[in-house]
Amino acid sequence: MAAAKIPKPEELIALRYEPPETPWMETPTVFRPGTWSYTGTPKSLATLGLPNSRAWQPTDEDWKLPENWKQIILEGMAERLEKYRSFRLFMDICVRCGACADKCHFYIGSGDPKNMPVLRAELLRSVYRRYFTQSGKRLGRLVGARDLTIDVLKEWFYYFYQCTECRRCSVFCPYGIDQAEITMMGRELLNLVGCNINWVTEPMANCFRTGNHLGIQPGGVKDMLEFLADDVADRTGVKVDVPLNRKGAEILVVVPSGDYFADPGTYTCMGYLMLLHEIGLDFTFSTYASEGGNFGLFTSHEMIKRLNAKIYAEAKRLGVKWILGGECGHMWRVINQYMDTMNGPADFLEEPVSPITGTRFDNSRSTKMVHIAEFTADLIRNGKLKLDPSRNDAYRVTFHDSCNPARAMGLFEEPRYIINNVCNHFHEMAEDTIREKTLCCGSGAGLGNEENEEMRMRGGMPRAMAVKQVKEKYGVNRLACMCAIDRAALTALMDYWVPGVAVVGVHELLANALVMKGEKERTTDLRGEPLGGMAVDEAL
Amino acid sequence: MKNLGISLFAIAVLVTVSVGATSAGWSGLLTIVIPYAALAVFLIGFVTRVFRWTKSPVPFRIPATCGQQASLPWIRRNPLDCPSSLAGVIGRMFMEVFLFRSLFRNTEMEIAGQRPVYGSAKWLWFFGLLFHWSLLIIVVRHLRFFLEPIAAWVNTLAAIDGFFEIGSPTLYLTDAALLAGLTFLFFRRAVAPRLRYISLVTDYFALLLIMGVATTGLLMRHFFPADLLAVKNLALGWVTFAPTIPKGVGPVFSIHLLFVCALLAWFPFSKLMHMGGVFLSPTRNLANDNRMNRHVNPWNAPVKVHTYEEYEDEFRDKMKLAGLPLEKE
Ligand code: HEM
Ligand code: SF4
Ligand code: SF4
Repeated sequence: MAAAKIPKPEELIALRYEPPETPWMETPTVFRPGTWSYTGTPKSLATLGLPNSRAWQPTDEDWKLPENWKQIILEGMAERLEKYRSFRLFMDICVRCGACADKCHFYIGSGDPKNMPVLRAELLRSVYRRYFTQSGKRLGRLVGARDLTIDVLKEWFYYFYQCTECRRCSVFCPYGIDQAEITMMGRELLNLVGCNINWVTEPMANCFRTGNHLGIQPGGVKDMLEFLADDVADRTGVKVDVPLNRKGAEILVVVPSGDYFADPGTYTCMGYLMLLHEIGLDFTFSTYASEGGNFGLFTSHEMIKRLNAKIYAEAKRLGVKWILGGECGHMWRVINQYMDTMNGPADFLEEPVSPITGTRFDNSRSTKMVHIAEFTADLIRNGKLKLDPSRNDAYRVTFHDSCNPARAMGLFEEPRYIINNVCNHFHEMAEDTIREKTLCCGSGAGLGNEENEEMRMRGGMPRAMAVKQVKEKYGVNRLACMCAIDRAALTALMDYWVPGVAVVGVHELLANALVMKGEKERTTDLRGEPLGGMAVDEAL
Repeated sequence: MKNLGISLFAIAVLVTVSVGATSAGWSGLLTIVIPYAALAVFLIGFVTRVFRWTKSPVPFRIPATCGQQASLPWIRRNPLDCPSSLAGVIGRMFMEVFLFRSLFRNTEMEIAGQRPVYGSAKWLWFFGLLFHWSLLIIVVRHLRFFLEPIAAWVNTLAAIDGFFEIGSPTLYLTDAALLAGLTFLFFRRAVAPRLRYISLVTDYFALLLIMGVATTGLLMRHFFPADLLAVKNLALGWVTFAPTIPKGVGPVFSIHLLFVCALLAWFPFSKLMHMGGVFLSPTRNLANDNRMNRHVNPWNAPVKVHTYEEYEDEFRDKMKLAGLPLEKE
């Protein structure tokens, strides 16, 4: 199947927000090419032992569901209502005030009312009412209840895989109703009858077996990291080490595999290598825990736990003191919200202390995992790094808060502190589009695949337009972020909406500015582009 | 519009029942049986609902962080929008419950000049807050019917509420504010296409019913005075569990009372339960101390993982070839 052709930006932005004539319960779901993702393959499902593996696509008439699919879903719902207060509560208390309605980037970019968080929730809530509340059982449609039918299931599939679990809606809801939680429940239910997408299941299957999403085997991980070390030597003249699976190291470093696998993440990874070398940290990477990312988050809580277990297990096996985590979004939602609860307590590790500055990272004393932005900000603050921000003078930088570090962690100032110390030209985007109100890249939660491209460009439009504004105003040519999915997704998004803006990691910017001991005269940045003010002049 | 029509019809039914029952001489039913029954349904229903919520555990700590986390000591944190201590959580919840903090963030998006812009939209917050605070004060003012002697602070509250002494009897500010709030909320829902699209019958019904209570209340106060002494005797009868059927409290009072009973009895089965739910929302009432203190999941169970041993067994030769250390040669 070839990817659908997507409309031009001018066509895409011609949006209408008037709801259709038919009430939403009577508006059928259309699987339009370019707006949905291919389904999980039998091979991936088999590796993971997930149910109902078969070959099918959502455009098929027959979804080849198990005979008793309805019973499976309803029992699954009953179980989850008992297990998650969030689920039961969020099913009950929405007043349909509509405050969340226009906060979702997919609604802003598509105008489809079922992309309003409140309606996305009603898709499931209506079924909840019908089978789990007295009034819904008796009064049905009158109180917004409806039967669970195959069309309802198809609608769930379409719209729960059109939510990036970004939590922006939750910030604005007076009760904190979090559609991300509801989408997670919806996807768990869909998974019970084998309705999932390949862009999630394949990385999971790879991750389960090889430790990383891309299925890179141990030797491959080593080759790639060493290749990056060679690139570092080429740019800086400094030979950096790539310790792997080394027992007795003080710190285990876990990064998203996107960082060593593909541009532009590789430049961020080079940044880590340079930084860790420069401060002489006693650390190791691991081929077994060669992925911080965790697509279990986009499948089920059980899958989160299954894929996350390796991180503590590897830290224990290697005998490290604590763990340092790279720039990744959903990886950090998992670490911050789930890891310790699911796979802890990490009582075999020590409370993290920076061996360079002596700073105790009190905020991670239980989980024992520190975000590299926290770590680096502390180094800069204590004057441990020699920085020459003028080396980034070709860049006019803006910063995209990735949804997860923003709304599931509260990591806002650390990256800004770093950027301000390594760049001379930093410009924030509009207030309503950053920090806790940040707008999603449109490709998170497993939706960053090619066949879904139109929906990604729609969902990413609000973010892109905020970048466009600072590009026009300040000549911004670099979009910094701290997320591996972003580095891939925003690159495509910029090419489509705001050509001329490249995507960089925070530690790429840092490494450009980092003055290393014994380095040769630096004439290029990490990308091999000449240093100096040229690019800015071009942009203006 | 169909949904609005059905709710209007439901309101009309309530009025008819009330008027019918009064003229049929079933005052006892209306003033004693139904009020007690409604209150019982309310109390039992409310407690049951809250109990059912609390019975489901909070397996993970999932606060939505709306401000800077507590990290390095020199980074300025936001203790209210991203609390990391109990005191912070209490502060955050106070802001949510009494000031509708999250709703205050509301913006309205529109496409202008080929890009989305986010205009300030505090109207919902303003009228929502106006409505709720007025409702609270009005409910408290009603205590004067249930207390003898009337507590001084209830009188003080009423005096402040009637401070401007407009008209006779004095117009309470909260009455006007309540109606203003309700009118805004109602028209917003009935007119704005997006709101109309998401609204259920019950959404209109909630607003119309409360409007009905307020309107009949105002009618009694300003146009068709009820016999306040009879009302007070009735109310005191209720609280002392010795109710007597009042004589001639008037048809408007009967409607007012039946509306209130309907509201009470329906409350636990409706979205109005957000009153209890707002306190329990895990994205708001948990501290973001996730990495500081371990959160325990009561149903945490072992899952099937891929161990390092299995990994090494599969890749041993390749690891050896790459010169990576091994557990077993
Ligand atoms: C702890 C107490 C309560 C809190 C914090 C609270 C908060 C809120 C908030 C934030 C909204 C959304 C904004 C709005 O539409 O005004 C709302 C809506 C609403 N509340 Fe409450 N509420 C509480 C108690 C009540 C009670 C006791 C009632 C009625 C008996 C009530 C009736 C309503 C109604 C009818 C709406 C929907 C308005 C609409 O349809 O647009 N609330 N509440
Ligand atoms: S903001 Fe919250 S209460 Fe209002 S419609 Fe959205 S989910 Fe429901
Ligand atoms: S979590 Fe994000 S993508 Fe999902 S409904 Fe809310 S705003 Fe939209």
